[in-house]
Amino acid sequence: MENWLNAFALLSNFVIVPALAYGSQLALGALGVTLVFGILRFSNFAHGDTMAFGTMVVILFTWWFQSMGINLGPLPTALLALPFGILFCALFALLSDRLVYRFYRAKRADPVIYLIASVGVMFVTNGIVRFIIGPDDQNFADGERFIIRARDFKEMTGLAEGVSIKLSQGITFFTMIIVVIALFWFLNKTRSGKSMRAYSDNEDLALLSGINPDRVVAITWIIAAALATIAGTLYGLDKSFKPFTYFQLLLPIFAAAIVGGLGNPLGAIAGGFVIAFSEITVTYAYKRFIGHLVPEDWEINGLIQLLSTDYKFAVSFIILLLVLLIRPHGIFKGTGV
Amino acid sequence: MSYLSAKGMTGGYGSVDILHDCTISVEKGEIAVIVGPNGAGKSTAMKAVFGMLAIHTGKVTLDGEDITALTPQARVAKGMAFVPQTNNIFPSMSVEQNLEMGAFLRRDDINGTMEQVYELFPILRQKRLQNAGELSGGQRQQVAVGRALMTKPKLLMLDEPTAGVSPIVMDELFDLIIDIARTGLSILMVEQNARQALNIADKGYVLVQGENRFTDTGQALMNDPEVRRSFLGG
Repeated sequence: MENWLNAFALLSNFVIVPALAYGSQLALGALGVTLVFGILRFSNFAHGDTMAFGTMVVILFTWWFQSMGINLGPLPTALLALPFGILFCALFALLSDRLVYRFYRAKRADPVIYLIASVGVMFVTNGIVRFIIGPDDQNFADGERFIIRARDFKEMTGLAEGVSIKLSQGITFFTMIIVVIALFWFLNKTRSGKSMRAYSDNEDLALLSGINPDRVVAITWIIAAALATIAGTLYGLDKSFKPFTYFQLLLPIFAAAIVGGLGNPLGAIAGGFVIAFSEITVTYAYKRFIGHLVPEDWEINGLIQLLSTDYKFAVSFIILLLVLLIRPHGIFKGTGV
Repeated sequence: MSYLSAKGMTGGYGSVDILHDCTISVEKGEIAVIVGPNGAGKSTAMKAVFGMLAIHTGKVTLDGEDITALTPQARVAKGMAFVPQTNNIFPSMSVEQNLEMGAFLRRDDINGTMEQVYELFPILRQKRLQNAGELSGGQRQQVAVGRALMTKPKLLMLDEPTAGVSPIVMDELFDLIIDIARTGLSILMVEQNARQALNIADKGYVLVQGENRFTDTGQALMNDPEVRRSFLGG
């Protein structure tokens, strides 16, 4: 019995807890992608770098607050800087819409042209972020590190394996829940939210009903930027901030959005967790886990790792391919690719 | 002067004109029907009246006011409502939300109007929490018309409201259109089912190749031997 508990504790510590946090971050990122896809009707490849831009602003404000001695005690100062990051990121997204996407919208361009334009926006954003904060790792997490330390857990339960929950993981999970509830409330209950859904459902009829398309587009960008900044900041707090990593996040985020069904917010959340759990379970080394479950005199050779962590992006990629081949509309019915 | 008057409309998509000096007018509280063979520019004329198609010659006035240069959205605010032939509902939103979206421009209490729509289309009250995309063809058309009525329009424009519905539902829809006209609205509609449409029409327009061929009361057109022979199948 204790073996099983130890094995479960081990799995929680290295798979379940990290995957919940990572899944939340992907879900928030995928929500932004899916929202832009549903309403503006294109795959926004600049989303990863938009996350980096928002997070960069959050980091700069965090450093400024830290230098002035402002902090939130046990909570990371970045939470205080988050609204400023969202504000700047929203302005940046609106500016890119004004300078780039509006031109194509007026011409009613094909989605693929938007997509290429968004690749351009991605490179420019990427350049701006590296120019301002540099290409290196930045650490901006402060406050308490853990909610539960592994050692405390072991003392509490008497198990050989400990479960530690980092504060950043807890914050990530709860922020995700709050943001998702707020987003769904907005989309289903408010006038602006309903007009966004109407626009996404049937653009021409929305115009005939007197819905102002410019307003819908602006609100969409603001929400997408807010989601990107929140997702990016949570990822940065949990791991660390490096512009290139955020660019790479594009793949799992798109995989999450497509797995769930592009254009479907509920699907984006489910997709985020599917991708996160697959990535972590496939790349986790099960040696110790199995060690707890088999008789003690058995000797385990090797790490029992299905795939090296270097190949973690391959997991998203394979899931993406499988979904596109078998179920192109995603788990939940999305608009399709 | 007619309530809606569109005089001498000429225009089309790109450089090709589809409408040639096309004139349509609707009086207050009356039903005007545009009929004609396929490709006659019936729907195009409708779009031109609503501002969804640029006309380079001609003038559209509503209640004496020149609205030729207004966008469709601005025309909605002036009291016009348009029900397109296809894609005329928000499929993933509930019936009630479809009606709410119809009233998007209104800032006052819309419950009274919604109640009127539900009285007109009792089936929609039953299905009000269901997604509009899950309804039958006839019920969707009712949602589409209901959505348009939510702005409290003075002129309702219907583009082939009975396309793709069963004959029984078609009769019901025509009855409903008469009911709507009785409440004082002007109705302008395009119809494939020329015979039935002219039956309920106060005024009929027969368009051929973007031009007015015959214009008369619905009854007179029905009795006109040439119209019967050419367009009503004898």
